[in-house]
Amino acid sequence: MAHSTTAGSVEQYNYDIVKKFAIMAIFWGVAGMTAGTYIASELAWPFLNFDIAQITFGRLRPLHTSGVIFGFGGNALFATSYYIVQRTCQTRLWGTGLANFTFWGWNLAVTLGGIGYLMGITQGREYAEPEWYVDLIILFVWVAYFLIYTMTLLKRNQPHIYVANWFFMSFILAVALLHIFNNLAVPVSFFGVKSYSLFSGAQDAMTQWWYGHNAVGFFLTAAFLGMMYYFVPKQAGRPVYSYRLSIIHFWALSFMYMWVGTHHLHWTAIPDWTSSLAAAFSIMLLMPSWGGMINGIMTLSGAWDKLRSDPIMMFLITSLSFYGMSTFEGPMMSLKSVNALSHYTDWTVGHVHSGALGWVAMVTFGSLYHMMPKIWNTTIYSIRLIYVHFFLATIGILLYITALWVSGIGQGLMLRAFDEYGNLAYSFIETVVFMHGPLVARAVAGMFFVTGMLVMTFNIWMTIAKRETVSDVATSAAKA
Amino acid sequence: MLFKHESIETNAALLIVLTLAAISIGGLVEIVPLHFIEGTVEDVKTGDGKDAVRPYTPLEQLGRDVYTREGCYLCHSQMIRPFRDEALRYGHYSLAAESQYDHPFQWGSKRTGPDLARVGGKYSSAWHVKHLTAPRSVVPESIMPNYPWLSENKLDYSDIEAKMATLKAVGVPYSLTDIEYKANVEKFGEAVAKKLDIHKAEKNLMSQAKLGNYDGNPDKLSEMDALVAYLQVLGTMVDFSAHDEAEFVKFR
Repeated sequence: MAHSTTAGSVEQYNYDIVKKFAIMAIFWGVAGMTAGTYIASELAWPFLNFDIAQITFGRLRPLHTSGVIFGFGGNALFATSYYIVQRTCQTRLWGTGLANFTFWGWNLAVTLGGIGYLMGITQGREYAEPEWYVDLIILFVWVAYFLIYTMTLLKRNQPHIYVANWFFMSFILAVALLHIFNNLAVPVSFFGVKSYSLFSGAQDAMTQWWYGHNAVGFFLTAAFLGMMYYFVPKQAGRPVYSYRLSIIHFWALSFMYMWVGTHHLHWTAIPDWTSSLAAAFSIMLLMPSWGGMINGIMTLSGAWDKLRSDPIMMFLITSLSFYGMSTFEGPMMSLKSVNALSHYTDWTVGHVHSGALGWVAMVTFGSLYHMMPKIWNTTIYSIRLIYVHFFLATIGILLYITALWVSGIGQGLMLRAFDEYGNLAYSFIETVVFMHGPLVARAVAGMFFVTGMLVMTFNIWMTIAKRETVSDVATSAAKA
Repeated sequence: MLFKHESIETNAALLIVLTLAAISIGGLVEIVPLHFIEGTVEDVKTGDGKDAVRPYTPLEQLGRDVYTREGCYLCHSQMIRPFRDEALRYGHYSLAAESQYDHPFQWGSKRTGPDLARVGGKYSSAWHVKHLTAPRSVVPESIMPNYPWLSENKLDYSDIEAKMATLKAVGVPYSLTDIEYKANVEKFGEAVAKKLDIHKAEKNLMSQAKLGNYDGNPDKLSEMDALVAYLQVLGTMVDFSAHDEAEFVKFR
């Protein structure tokens, strides 16, 4: 073999699977974020629906959410978790064939789900839109993922299981629970796509938002914290700030998140005690969330200069700052009095994106910039382009959340305004007119973010292309 | 003796078991009771002692399927909150009873457009057809997409019996046997019970579409017929003028 001189590192770890998932993460990132920018534009300029059923807002929106959460986020999590579990356990990933199955199965599920939405095939449950046949594929993939992860942990060559793996394990277990119970449904026929949910009305709403919020809590938070706990110390070249804090962070977060989903149902037809309980836990959740943020940011103490000199570190630390901000905004919005105004408005959408773009996407970008050159055994093509990406992304996010604060809080205030005679001061459509400006700004913000994503794609593409020449040199050097 | 966290960190099985315990409790405490506590869903009766809220007719249910398919829930809620402005704008706050036969629930989470929980009867069917086909023809500032295909597409009702049987399997009281039919007569009254008979689904569907002529085109049974039939029934089943407010407050 040409690589026999470096065979030790090639065979010790299964990097092939990490590479595949990492590339698909970037693919889905571009696709999902482009879809997001397009539907944002449809809201600003409705002619963009073009009277084509497949691309109307209602059908494209799940494509955007699934594309970025399960396509981009999911592939990034598979890639980084498979990388981290091997590195921290100092052992090769268990089950090479099964790992390949998770790759093809997962991407097949996201693709089938996405095509389905365009054709109008949906369960009509937010973030759980895929119909029963896709849900089954996801289930099989997830069981395989759990097996691979557990078996790899069991054959580790390190006495301790590193903290990042706790978070990934918690994510795998929670998502399994959520996915199974929220997708309980009876298909109309085994040869058809349509199914009806097992639960109805209030119970169905509870189950769905228990799922919906914990998709955020475990898929988009716990798992990405796993990513953070590995890549932040690695990139900083320093150990995690506090070991005790990470223990508290982990258990408190895992325990509390599952209680808070009902804050999506304040003032609705569910019993009041459930939403009060959820609000109380939402407030408490601020503490572990900020504990985690502090633990991450303080890891940099003694190396603060990297914030100026290292754009990857800038991504990672900015992501933690957005994590802190959105985990403060979230508990605030879960207060019933605030929620009365914010619910049903763009404020919620803005809040989700300060978490999704600011935290999830930024920490992923930082991690991929760190990891991808390493697994291709090369260096990044252009550091300057990472800076460009960073500023495009940051400007995009700030514009996005500011625009939707204006739109959401503005609409909320208008809808509850009364004139001097006690009549409603505004009709609904007047709020729609008001929102036009902010919605245009939001679409532009999306374009910034997508442009950054394209810059990253180019940079990574060139990095991988460059690798070929490096290994060619190595090979010829080895031959000589 | 002091418990050392190290024992969890060095034992994968223990880590898995304890994590599973930590993440299970919240859901168990908040969701499971809702299936057992009486009063989670109000028992709303009409003047003659029948259930006020009934399952959807075959035509309405197919309309609901179109509603789900097009992703209407992404911009329209079906859940009115107990606030003064919402009462003035939309009507009485929503009861759990009103969505008890909704598989899946479509309460929604966003109001890019107005709430639809009580849109039934607010506008004429002709208005709905015009609005769905080209929203800006009736509301110039609207940002809703046009849905011209709803009138063009023939309604596919080939699997209506299978759909109703599936809904019956998940708990909606459509009737297959004589005993179930009689139970429905007892529960909803004869007129409603007839519409819930799965064997007569197709006949009921045709006659409702013909009688209602929702899409304004009597020669064609379109998806528009079904969707408008669904929209026109939303929020109309409970007659709030016949109820004392205190009756519902105790369930909150």
